[in-house]
Formats: sequence, structure tokens, C-alpha cells
Amino acid sequence: MAGAPLIRLEGLEKLYKLGDVEVHALHGVSLELERGSFVAVMGASGSGKSTLMNVMGCLDRPTKGRYLLDGDDVSRLTPTALSRVRNRLLGFVFQSFNLLTRTSAVENVELPLLYAGVGSRERKQRAIAALGRVGLGDRLANHPNQLSGGQQQRVAIARAIVNGPRLLLADEPTGNLDSRTSLEVMALLQELWRGGLTVVLVTHEADIAAHAARVIVMKDGRVQSDTPQQPAPARPPEKAAS
Amino acid sequence: MNPLQTLRVALRALVRNKLRSFLTTLGIVIGVGAVIAMVAIGEGARTQVEAQFAAMGTSLLILLPGSSSAGGARGGFGSQPTLTWDDLKAIRTELPAVRAAAPTLGTVSVLMSEDQNWTTRITGTTPDYFDIRSWPASRGALFTTSDVEAGNKVVVLGQTVVDQLYGPSADPVGQTVRIRNIPFVVVGVAAKKGQSPMGQDYDDAAFLPVSTYLAKIQGGLQKFIGGQVMIGATSPADTQRAEAEVTTLLRDRHHIPPGGDDDFSIRNLAELAAAQEEGTKTLTTLLASIAAVSLLVGGIGIMNIMLVSVTERTREIGLRLAVGARPRDILAQFLAEAVVLSVIGGFIGIAVGLGLATWLASRFGWAVVVRPDVIALSVGFSAFVGIAFGLYPARKASQLDPIEALRYE
Repeated sequence: MAGAPLIRLEGLEKLYKLGDVEVHALHGVSLELERGSFVAVMGASGSGKSTLMNVMGCLDRPTKGRYLLDGDDVSRLTPTALSRVRNRLLGFVFQSFNLLTRTSAVENVELPLLYAGVGSRERKQRAIAALGRVGLGDRLANHPNQLSGGQQQRVAIARAIVNGPRLLLADEPTGNLDSRTSLEVMALLQELWRGGLTVVLVTHEADIAAHAARVIVMKDGRVQSDTPQQPAPARPPEKAAS
Repeated sequence: MNPLQTLRVALRALVRNKLRSFLTTLGIVIGVGAVIAMVAIGEGARTQVEAQFAAMGTSLLILLPGSSSAGGARGGFGSQPTLTWDDLKAIRTELPAVRAAAPTLGTVSVLMSEDQNWTTRITGTTPDYFDIRSWPASRGALFTTSDVEAGNKVVVLGQTVVDQLYGPSADPVGQTVRIRNIPFVVVGVAAKKGQSPMGQDYDDAAFLPVSTYLAKIQGGLQKFIGGQVMIGATSPADTQRAEAEVTTLLRDRHHIPPGGDDDFSIRNLAELAAAQEEGTKTLTTLLASIAAVSLLVGGIGIMNIMLVSVTERTREIGLRLAVGARPRDILAQFLAEAVVLSVIGGFIGIAVGLGLATWLASRFGWAVVVRPDVIALSVGFSAFVGIAFGLYPARKASQLDPIEALRYE
């Protein structure tokens, strides 16, 4: 399987029915993503980028077409089978962090492992290690409301990588953060990518997309453009500037 | 996830919302507590009635002579002496289902001790009477068959009479009391028996050998028994059979043709006791069903809160699904939360119910009986309530679409 792409989309279609009107959210999308790529998906709202993200994240099934993830067709799996795929192969980062309230950082990060059936001791060890990788080794017991927005998003990233996923999906990960913290989060994603992780980033901000190595622009459910680029380094600007 | 992990996840979610969890539980606490307290009260009442009938004597029949009819006015049962001493002898000796039979002839008279007097019921009878009513002596001894045969002037007093004539702690055995100016020696005190189901004091009585009664109180032996006959069956189950045997025997002895009316009447106290017990059972059922309704309301409360909880935690559910929870993991978690709430409520309810029963018992002097099977049933039922009313919200949670759930505001 060494040569096969991590993700292969073949003629994906997604139809929604809103009353009598049929909406073509995806209109024949074919893509390949190599292992170790860092792709930003851009587009206006309604362009189909969220639907694409949901299909790639195995949260939704395409109406037509095939989705090969790591060589396996996952486009026709049952909800339970999709849960297993998400649990073993994917990691999610959301705009609004989606951490459990009144629950420590470690317990939040343990969550995917809980559903993977990992024993409690190993769960804790791996969660602590993941929090160490995102630079929160000293915030293990903190609850989300005791953490800044940037820290919360880093806990969410630790949760996304704790199960050793093949693909990290980040849906507007900087949408709720200020520009400085956004850069910190992008730097962390770049670091994970350099470490070998495949990252797909959905954003509508060009300067965030600039940190990826490839930019796909969606329009009306189709791929409008697909360009490789030199990723901009995500270094936080010096404080003294303003 | 295994069941233990599911339980832990559910517990953690409940602890995260302590106040709400407590309030949700309250409905079940009140329901189970009410069931246990109400059944305890009902059972207590039943036991009390049972004890009263037991005090009257088990497997007891009372035989009354027939009614008189003079000038169209018919007297009640007992107004016409129809039972002879030979009838009694036949009942005692010939019938297999009859263990013992004793005549009871009674009047009300004044008893006089050295310095007190007290008016009470005086009963002439035989030692069989005490046997039928399972009534032992608390001091001295009961009079014997030889006392009856010899017509001795001895008396057995009830505790109330002793209290009135000598004081509660006095031992009157050997003392002399006068009845109609005739001296009687107190040979014993009948053990305290309490009240009849109708509130009559059993202990306000004095007993003489029937021969002495006939000779000294009633005045001369007659052919007919001027009172009632108490009959004890060989066992409570044989009471009905004994009644039939006595009826057949007396109809035969009195030459009553088939179809003719009995010239006697038999009261079966076992039937009376059964009727009374039926009444208290109805009471228990009524109380328990009122309490069960509150348990049902408690269950609906759980469903209500679980539905709110599912809505409120939609994003949490979406996230759990996104990171790999299967729909059935979500179902199990919410079901476990509902069951944990209701079972914890059930256990607290047991404590509350027992406390309430104990308090009622001491405050109002009610008899309460706590039945372990009712406790087990209450806990089982509250778990069932948790499952039944938790299932719908849990299904709703497990069927959420992860995308919609994650986007939910």
C-alpha cells in the first residue's frame, strides 16, 4: 500500500433535499491526497467545503461516488462502522473546541481512547504524552474554563492526535482565536505535519491557508482550483510591533 | 466500551450536574419512600387485626341456642334454650373435627374483696374453655376438671378485675372474693389478653367452674344449657368441617326434618377474621397504589430531565460520536444515567420509607411491618422505571446525526 494515496475521492456527489429543492452540495469531486500532505480547503460558505470535510471525516456519506481512505472504500459503511473508522484513523479539531465542561484536560484527551477500549492506565499515559506534545504538560488537571482559548484548542488537538490517526481534520481551527493565538495553533499544526501527520484544514481565511502546502478552492460543489505552494512559516509576530 | 466503563462515564456525567441529578432523583425517592411507608402501615394494620383474632382463639366456633317465637314476635338466637347438656357431651365425644367444647354461662355480678368491689362478667365454664381460647394463667393455676366435678367454690380472675380489686402488682392467689355473698377462693389469674376486635376488654372477667355456677349463681341444674357453647376445631383448617359436623349432629339429635330450620346457630369466627383481613388487604392495596402513582410520576420526571439533558448536551453527543462513540455507546450511556438516577433514588427512598414508617410507629403508636419483598420490589421497580423512561431519551440521543449535533447551538 506504500504507493497508494491516503485519500482518494472519485466523482463524489452529495445531494440534499430542502423541501422540494435539491441542493447539490458536492458536484463531482475527485481528489487524491498523499500521505504527509498539508492541504487547506477554501471557499465561500455554500461552496461545499464543509460537506467535503464531513465526508472526508466519515461523518457523512456521499450520495454517489467512492471514497477510499487508506485503500478501503468507506463510502457505504454503516454509522457504527463509520464510528470505528473515525475512532481509529481520524482526528478532529473544531472551531469551537468542543471540550467537555467540568472535565480535566487529561480526561478530555482520553475520550477517543475510551471508545477504542484502551485500559485506564494506558489511556492516562497516552493522554499525558499527547498533552506534552502540544505543550500543555503542566495543565493536565485543568478544566476547560481554567484555560485560555489557545490552550483549549491545544487540548482539542491533543485529543485529535492521541489515537495516532492517519488524518487530522481541522475545521476552522482558528475561527474563535485572536491572530496571535491563531499563529500558535498553526505553528503546532505545521509541527505535527512535519512529524509525518496528514492534515486537512478548512478555512475561509487566506492568511491561514497560506500555512498549508496545497490549497484547494471549492465553488458550487466543485473544485475550482488546486495549487501546491510553499507553506508560510507560522511564527508569532514580535510583541513590540504595536 | 464495556458496561463498567459505560457506568463510569454515566456517573461522571451525573456528578458534573450534582444539583440536577439530585432533583431528578427526588421523584423516585418520594415514590419508593411512599410505597415502603404505606405498605408498612397497611401490613401493620393487618398484623394487628390478625393478632386480635388470634387472641379471641383460632379455629373457634360459637354455638348459640335457637330463637323463640311467641305471638309472632321472634326472639334472637339464644332466646330459646334448645341445647342440652347431652348435646354438649355428644359434640365433645362424637365428632372427629372437634378438639374441645366448653359451655359458657354468663351473668354480670359484683365481686367483693376485703376492701374493694367491682362489677364484672361472671362466666361458668370448664377447663376446656381456656384450652379453646389458648388462654393460660399468669399467676396460680386455672381450675381443673376435678374442681368442676366437685363443684368447688374457686374462681379465676381476669387481670382487669385483679387491678380493680387488689391493684396491678398484687398477687391475689389464695385470697377470698365474695360473689352474691358466697366466698370463693382465687386460684389463679388469667394472662392478660387485651381487647376484642370490637374493643371489648377480655380481661374484665371472672371464671367459675360451671357446676359451681349452676349450683350457686344460676340456681339448680337444668336440662338445657342457659348460655353458649364454645367449640374448638382440631385445626384452623378444620373449622369449616367442624361446623358441618356439629350442624349434622344437632339436626339429627333434635329430629329436624330435611328442609326444616335449625333450632341453633353457629358463628364461625374464622370467617369473620377472614373478612376483616380482606378489609385491611384492600387498605394496603389502596395505599400502595397511591404510592405507585407517585413512583410513576417520578419516572416521568426522570424522562423529562433526561430529554432536557439530551438537548442540552447535543454537542457533547456530537463530539463523542465524532471521536468514535458508536450509537449504541451513546444509548448505553444515557440509559445508564437514567438507571443510576432511579436506582440511587430507590435506595434513598428505602431509607426515607423506613424512617417514615419508624417515625409513624413511634409518633402515633401504629403498628408497622416492613416487608423485605416490598423493598426488593421497590428497587426493582425503580430500576425498571429508569429503563422504561430512560429508553426514549437515550434512543433520541443515539440517533442524533453527528454533523447536526456538532453544529447545534
